[in-house]
Formats: sequence, structure tokens, C-alpha cells
Amino acid sequence: MAQERKFKIGKPILEVKNISLSFGGVKAITDTSFDVLEHEVRAIIGPNGAGKSSMLNCINGIYKPQQGTVSFRGQQIPNITPNIMAQMGLSRTFQNLALFKRMSVLDNILVGRKLHTKTNFLEVALQLPKVKKEEKVNRDRSEEIVSFLEIEDIKDTPVGKLPYGLQKKVELGRALATDSSIILLDEPMAGMNVEEKRDMCRFILKVNDELGTTMVLIEHDMGVVMDISDRVVVLDYGKVIGDGTPDEVRSNQKVIDAYLGVEH
Amino acid sequence: MMKPVFMTYTKKDLINLAVCMVLSVLVIPSFITTEYWYTSILIPWLCLALATIGQQIVMGYTGQLALGAAGFMAAGAFAMFNLILRVPDLGFVGSLIVSGLIAAAFGILFGLPSLKVRGIYLMVATLASQFFIIWMIDKFGWFKNYDSSGIITAQDIVILGKPFTTPLAMYFVCLAVTTVLTLLAMNMARGSTGRNWMAVRDMDIAAESMGVSLLRTKVQAFAISAFYCGVAGALFAFCYLKSLEPVAFDIKLSFKILFMCILGGLGTINGAFIGAAFILLFPVLLNAIGNNVFHGAIDATIISSIEQVIFGGLMIIFMIYEPLGMAKLWENIKQKWKTKIQSSTSLKSSLGKKT
Repeated sequence: MAQERKFKIGKPILEVKNISLSFGGVKAITDTSFDVLEHEVRAIIGPNGAGKSSMLNCINGIYKPQQGTVSFRGQQIPNITPNIMAQMGLSRTFQNLALFKRMSVLDNILVGRKLHTKTNFLEVALQLPKVKKEEKVNRDRSEEIVSFLEIEDIKDTPVGKLPYGLQKKVELGRALATDSSIILLDEPMAGMNVEEKRDMCRFILKVNDELGTTMVLIEHDMGVVMDISDRVVVLDYGKVIGDGTPDEVRSNQKVIDAYLGVEH
Repeated sequence: MMKPVFMTYTKKDLINLAVCMVLSVLVIPSFITTEYWYTSILIPWLCLALATIGQQIVMGYTGQLALGAAGFMAAGAFAMFNLILRVPDLGFVGSLIVSGLIAAAFGILFGLPSLKVRGIYLMVATLASQFFIIWMIDKFGWFKNYDSSGIITAQDIVILGKPFTTPLAMYFVCLAVTTVLTLLAMNMARGSTGRNWMAVRDMDIAAESMGVSLLRTKVQAFAISAFYCGVAGALFAFCYLKSLEPVAFDIKLSFKILFMCILGGLGTINGAFIGAAFILLFPVLLNAIGNNVFHGAIDATIISSIEQVIFGGLMIIFMIYEPLGMAKLWENIKQKWKTKIQSSTSLKSSLGKKT
């Protein structure tokens, strides 16, 4: 990135300390620590089964790690649940698409506005003026995101009927609608062709650049990762084997061994 | 999608509403004069459609497989009886609302298992409501005002000092309540409340990650659903049965409402009315065929067995070919007609240009 950034990379917004997670006897993550700085694009890479998705699920509260802590803006969070993390301003997308299949694209994105909806069901049932006002604000913001992602022509289609690449875009849109300060993207470009990948990269950078949203992404395409991220953490067998700028990571012998294999 | 012009309704909705209102308020009362139609078809139809909306909210919108609508209806009906008996100052409408709220309290209680179990297991867990409520009413004489006969006559409906005792008057009471509650249900279903329900239905883990509380959303859906069932149960007892007996709210009625919900179309409000109409009218139609075509040569028990067989078959067919039920089927037919008309008019205009 040649030009000056509108949002300068700041203090750590998310800190993961000594996380260990195991399923029965299988260790998914062992004593892993890293941090994410405000406004940066942070990538988590690693071979299959390295524990990348498990890591995101620990941060987001879907998995409960046996050991370790997650801190948000310097504050340690004792009982992490997806709901609490959402309220703190952390949103995410999922590896295997977790969209609301029977709802339209716009409705999916509108669900992302949940935390900006303060009216209760009784007020909604009676359609009080403040419900209408709030709904309009939420709809306008959702429409903005729809046009930002260039998906205006499909906004009324049920997402279940959309091709994979578009669904990934809708998921990003839903995460954006929350106006979170940090978004976790679990393989946002998996299964996409080159053109779609380029599009997705453009959106991720644009969001980071224009809104200052901190992005944490898991990705397999090394080229993409090295291009768009500020810092990269490399996991292998549930352990951190490299952490630093793309150039540092690229020249790290352990990382090279993990990716290319090494004779023992 | 069309822009809403009033509340959450589009122009088309308002036209539909106007047509329904004209039909139900003006046309039906002036053309149908036989009491049979009101007492045996229209009134139960409205009551059961209302209960089916309740079932839709919890099952069609929130995706929680619940089976106990009749239990909540019984709670509503007996609450209504006791309120009119013991708190006469509340009036009919007040009692109706409070009995709905009492049913909603039961809904919250029996909705709690939905946080831990799902699918068929939840269905079994919610069956508890069905059996518990009926058992409670039977066990404690207070609920029936220590009536030993087992069947209690429902009090007359009096609103603002005016009695509503004729079938036509009762029909209007049911119509008014059903219309208001249907409109409220549509507002919820189309607003942020409905989006939360559907988000929980389609992908609960993602909904939670967006800040939708599973606990609150599920319990809310159960409560609102039970409120609708409770009000429907009160109307069912006071306008249709005109008596109160726990047996009327047995598991068969719960299943009936479940079938209405599925056949009508899961996750639709109009499907509740279509489903209820179908399940109510179909046996009537079969009986008419039995009497008029076969002149009673077929035994009535056989006819009712045939009814079960056809319902079962239809359920399977709908589950396989049109899981969204009759409401969706109707939508498809309308869509086909539209494209047919459009293509024929465009054909005509293109032919017109040539000549």
C-alpha cells in the first residue's frame, strides 16, 4: 500500500494469550498467543488442520478453550459467547457459509443490524413511529452495503439460490452491517475463481481503508495473503511457528518447512 | 419488492385486505343465512386459523418443532372461564387478553427446553405442555369451579353490556379478534422481530454471532405463539363449543393444528387460513360425497378413515414436492397465470404491430 492510510495502525484491539483447545484427546491448539492491532489486516495461515478455524471459533466464543484468555481492547473477557463478542463489536463470517438460506439477501444483511435495533416485538407489532424510523435507518444502511458490494440486482433473491461466490459476498455484507470494529473472515475466498478473488480482496481492503475496520482473515491462497495483509501469523499443528510482516514470514525457515515439507 | 405504503403493507396487501374485509363483513353475512355455516364452519375456521398462526410463529418462523398447541388453547379457554366467573369487571375483551397472557406464561415455561434440545426431541418435550395442562385442569377442581358433570357451559359473551349470542354475532366477534391479531402477526413477521425468528430458524449459530440472543428469541416466539393459541382456545370454547371440557383439547387437536400449519405452508401467515380451511372443509366435502353420490352406502367410519388416509398421503406429498405448502402452491399458480397473460398480451401487441 503506497499511499498514506486514513486509519493509522494503532494499539492491540484483540489479544489471544496461551490458548489451548482439545477435543477429547485430540489437541487442536496448543498454547497459542498472538495479537491483532487496530485498523490492520491480519492473516492467519497454515496447512490444513493447523487449527486456524478453531482459533477463530475460540475468539468468537463458539468453542470454549480449556486454557488461555482472549482480551478485547485490553479487557479480558471471562465468559465468551458469540453474543457477547457481537455486542463488544466483533463480527465474523464462516468457513462453510452460515447464511439464512430462506431469507433474501437484503434481509440477511438486515439481521446484521440486530444490535442497532432497540425496539421490542410489541412495538414492532403495533408499528409505532419509532419502529418505522429505526427500520428506515437500518434499511438505508443495508442498501448502502448492498451497493458497496455491488449486489443490487440480487438483493431480493433468497440467498439459498445464489452461487457460492455471491453468497460469500452476502456474508461479508452481513458482517459489515453490524458496524463492528473488527471482522473475522474465515476463508473468504475459498472456492472462488481469480476474478472473484480479486473482487473480494478489493472489498476487504476498501472496508479496511474507508471504515478502518480491523480485518482478521484465514486464507489458503498465499499470493493473496501476502498482498493484502499487514501482518501474518502462521499456525502448524496448533502452534504458532511464525509471526510478522509478509516478508518476514516468507523468509522464515520453519514456515517454509511447514509448507514445503522437510526431511526428518 | 414493492414499497410498503401503510405500516408494513404494500398496495397489493391493502387491496387483498379490503377484498377479505368486504367478503367477510358484507358478502358472507348477506348471502349465508343458514346457521350451520356459521356454527360449524366459519367460527371454527377462524379460531383454528388463529391457533395455526400461533403454531406458524414457533414452527414456521422460528423453526422450533413444537407440538402442544391444544394444551395452550385449553389454558386460554379455562383462564377465560375463570376470569369471567371470578373477575367479571375485566369484561370480555379484557379477559380474552389476560387469558392469552396466561397461556403465554405457560408458553415461556414449556419453551425453555428448546434451548437445549431440538428437532424431534423438542417435539416430545413440548408434548409435556399438552399433557400437563390438561392434567392440571382435570386434577384441580378449582379450574372447573368444582363442577361435577365434567362439561361446563360457557358463559354468554357480553361486550359493553350487549350480548353476542347469535351465531352471526359470534362470527363477528371471532372475525374482529382474528383480523386484529393477524395484522399484528404480519407486522411482527415482516419486521425486525420476524427477521430474528427466521435467522434462528435458518442458522442459529450465525444468528448468535450477529447478536441475536437465542434464549430471548426462542422464548419470545414460544410466548407469542402460546398467546395466539390461548386467545384462539378461548374463542374456540366460547363461540364454537359453547362449553368447556378438557377432552376437547386433546392431542388430536394439536396434531390437527400441526397439519394445518404444514399443509398451509410453513412460514406464511395466509397459509394458516388456507390450511385451516382445507382441513376443516375436507371432511365436510367427503361426507357430502358419501351422502349424495353413494347415498349413505359407505359407512361413516369408513369415510373418516379415508379422510385420515388422504391427509397422511397429502402430508407426504407436500413434504416431498412442496415443503412450503399450499400458500406456495397458490403463489406459483398466480405466477404462472401472470406470465401467461403477459406473454399472450405481448404476443397480441407484436401481432398488432405486424398487421
